[in-house]
Amino acid sequence: MKRFSFSNVMLVLGLLFIYMPMVILVIYSFNASKLVTVWGGWSVKWYVGLLDNTQLMNSVGRSLEIAFYTAISAVILGTLAAFVLTRITRFKGRTLFGGLVTAPLVMPEVITGLSLLLLFVAMAQMIGWPQERGILTIWIAHTTFCASYVAVVVSARLRELDMSIEEAAMDLGAKPWKVFMLITIPMIAPSLAAGGMMSFALSLDDLVLASFVSGPGSTTLPMEVFSAVRLGVKPEINAVASLILLVVSIFTFLVWFFSRKAEKRRLKAIQQAMDETTGAANLAGPDSRRDPSQQHAPA
Amino acid sequence: MAVASGAYKKALEGDQKPKEVLVKIDRVTKKFDETIAVDDVSLTINKGEIFALLGGSGSGKSTLLRMLAGFERPTEGRIFLDGQDITDMPPYERPINMMFQSYALFPHMTVAQNIAFGLKQDRMSKTEIDERVAEMLKLVQMSQYAKRKPHQLSGGQRQRVALARSLAKSPKLLLLDEPMGALDKKLRSQMQLELVEIIERVGVTCVMVTHDQEEAMTMAERIAIMHLGWIAQIGSPIDIYETPTSRMVCEFIGNVNLFDGRVVEDMEGHALIASPDLERAIYVGHGVTTSVQDKQITYAIRPEKLLVTTEMPTCEYNWSRGKVHDIAYLGGHSVFYVQLPSGKIVQSFVANAERRGARPTWGDEVYVWWEDDSGVALRS
Repeated sequence: MKRFSFSNVMLVLGLLFIYMPMVILVIYSFNASKLVTVWGGWSVKWYVGLLDNTQLMNSVGRSLEIAFYTAISAVILGTLAAFVLTRITRFKGRTLFGGLVTAPLVMPEVITGLSLLLLFVAMAQMIGWPQERGILTIWIAHTTFCASYVAVVVSARLRELDMSIEEAAMDLGAKPWKVFMLITIPMIAPSLAAGGMMSFALSLDDLVLASFVSGPGSTTLPMEVFSAVRLGVKPEINAVASLILLVVSIFTFLVWFFSRKAEKRRLKAIQQAMDETTGAANLAGPDSRRDPSQQHAPA
Repeated sequence: MAVASGAYKKALEGDQKPKEVLVKIDRVTKKFDETIAVDDVSLTINKGEIFALLGGSGSGKSTLLRMLAGFERPTEGRIFLDGQDITDMPPYERPINMMFQSYALFPHMTVAQNIAFGLKQDRMSKTEIDERVAEMLKLVQMSQYAKRKPHQLSGGQRQRVALARSLAKSPKLLLLDEPMGALDKKLRSQMQLELVEIIERVGVTCVMVTHDQEEAMTMAERIAIMHLGWIAQIGSPIDIYETPTSRMVCEFIGNVNLFDGRVVEDMEGHALIASPDLERAIYVGHGVTTSVQDKQITYAIRPEKLLVTTEMPTCEYNWSRGKVHDIAYLGGHSVFYVQLPSGKIVQSFVANAERRGARPTWGDEVYVWWEDDSGVALRS
């Protein structure tokens, strides 16, 4: 029987291993019982109760806010770094700069977090800024490592771009800054979007860095969830997690749906263009045969 | 293709009007770290001509073109356009436009937007831009494709758009980088003549870079052969093919049979060259200027000027016995590889003028011969 071949079985087992915990989490978020591990029938009361939990809702809002700022700043900084690394081929310390840009990717978060905390404390003592740690410091901390991810994604795209397209724009009279804005940015837009989304997700997800550099009243969602779990898992947390899962799934589905639609439209347009050109060639065929200049064509 | 191409026609008619120099490249050298890409090149390009830089890869032709466009700065030397020194001018200020090998069309813009891009940089009014774009689209016969994106076009259509875009700003100088590099062979010969026609209609001066000698000879009025960063010879296609000045040029352009020899008799009206490859001396219908010490010379003769016959020639010089070693039938002509008694194999092109003529076959004893003025004596 082909259906129970080894690879199929492994595939199912693998998928179960990855997704089973999430399914269980979603199911338990509808648990009526207050005890997380004991099933007490279906209920949506934890979802309703969420809205009343202002502390949790505030942390959700705060996390989204930080993630949004982080995505924007990381894309700007990361793109600039990537542009310098791929387009300016010779400058002093290029290798060092490339290493420094990608270093945060492999740096343990604990170290980054601790060093940032030390920096912020020292700065507050020396120049009085930042006065207190909060959203601003978390944003700065998240930007430092997200910018590296963006730089990697964008420089991969920049490297595979045909340099002559930018040269052509410059040749046609556009100054370098205009070339960057009018030609380079639109061409790397997909990777900018990918980098932004990745930064958003990374920032939303980060617990370690935020714990180090957050101050009073700036608890992010992961910190809230983590501290809540330490005091025993409440079914409310399951509900929050399920909602996040739902949002992520819908978002992923929409991205997939629209990119597939765009791809189909593109393929159709190419097909149409090809049909038209071959049609035109067929029409032009007899004419060229009648054309006297075509009759004795030497090789 | 029975119409004579512009370059060939002009070469036949001769130049009546005085030549006006547009571009002057004055002793330009370009070094990349320690490798010398362009080595002390000087040349002038006249107004209204199509000039080809022909050479193999690594000959420095592309670097020279990029220096004209402004993407590379010469290590030494100056470049003048219309008398103005443009050596240090950035590419976006030069009145020079380039058509790239990959066409480099902006993928996120339509055909019309691509053509309008350069005009927008000049801050032209919208109506003027629209007019100019329509005019350019008409010139390259792409009017119905104005709203298409580049990826919806075929290779030939993309090339037309790229040409229209580089001509839209009416540049003083048009640069073509391997213009037919991305097209298949059949489309290539068609586009070559079309391109020349458009360029001549617009009347723009044009410098092209190519590695394809047929392309250079079809399109250009003058060709510069580049080799290892220096210019081996500049001349019309006819000059370069018929009177190459060096062995390198001779071997680079077309096929050739070379005989190394020694000048044994050098008079004003004729010269005799003795070659160890040939039993009889070579008679040249003009004097060969040789130095007294160095009598070594190379005699070059093109395969189509080396004739094969089965009857023994009656003249004293310029022929040899031989045996047909191999024949390659190419449709329009056949290439006969004839082995001489010395063991050297020479090539001869024989036009297949008759459908089934009696002709020598493998192993036949034949004679090869040539006219007094068919070959060229080369000193280097």
